[in-house]
Amino acid sequence: MAFVAALLLIGGAVFLLVSCVGLLRLPDFYTRAHAVGKAETLGSMLILTGLALYNGASLSSLKLLLILVVIAITNPTATHALTRSALRSGLKIWRAEGKRTQRDLAG
Amino acid sequence: MSAFFLGLTVFIALLFAASLYRIIVGPSVFDRAIGAGLIGTNAILVLVLIGFLYDRIDMFVDLALAYGMLNFIGIVALAKYFERKQGET
Repeated sequence: MAFVAALLLIGGAVFLLVSCVGLLRLPDFYTRAHAVGKAETLGSMLILTGLALYNGASLSSLKLLLILVVIAITNPTATHALTRSALRSGLKIWRAEGKRTQRDLAG
Repeated sequence: MSAFFLGLTVFIALLFAASLYRIIVGPSVFDRAIGAGLIGTNAILVLVLIGFLYDRIDMFVDLALAYGMLNFIGIVALAKYFERKQGET
C-alpha cells in the first residue's frame, strides 16, 4: 500500500511542477489559467489520494477525501470566475505573430 | 517514509517561488490573482504534509479544509471586485 501511495504522490508532484512551469512560461493570462485550472487540480487530487491511502481507514482519511472533493469543485470554479472576469474586462487574447484566426476574420 | 514526506514538502514549498514570480511580475491584475490562488492550493497540501510530519494529522486536516474554503471565497471575491465592463476604465 505504501508503494502505491508513493507512486500517487510522485505523480501528483509532477503535475504540480507542470502547472508551475505553465504559469511561468505561457504567453498570456488565458493560457496560464488553462495550466493552473487543470494540472493543479489533478496534482492536488493525486497527492491527497496518496496521503489518504497511506493513512489507512480512519476519520482523518475521510476528511482528506473531503478536502479532495472541495478542491475538485472550488479550484476550477475559481479559475473560471477569474477568466470570465478577465474576458469581460477586455483583457487582450494572445495570438501568434502573423496568424489570423476565424474570429479575427469575422470581426 | 518521513524523509519522503519532508522532501515532498520542500518541493512544494519551492514551487511557491514560481507563483511569487508571477505575482510580482505578472502584467495584469488577473495574473497576480491566479498566482495567489495557486499559492493557496499548494498551501493546503503543505498543511496536510506538515500534519503527517508531526503526527498530528487529525488537527492539520481541519486547518487545511478551512483554508481551502477561505481560499475559494477570496479568489471569487477578487474576480468580482476587479471585473470592469469594456470601455469603462
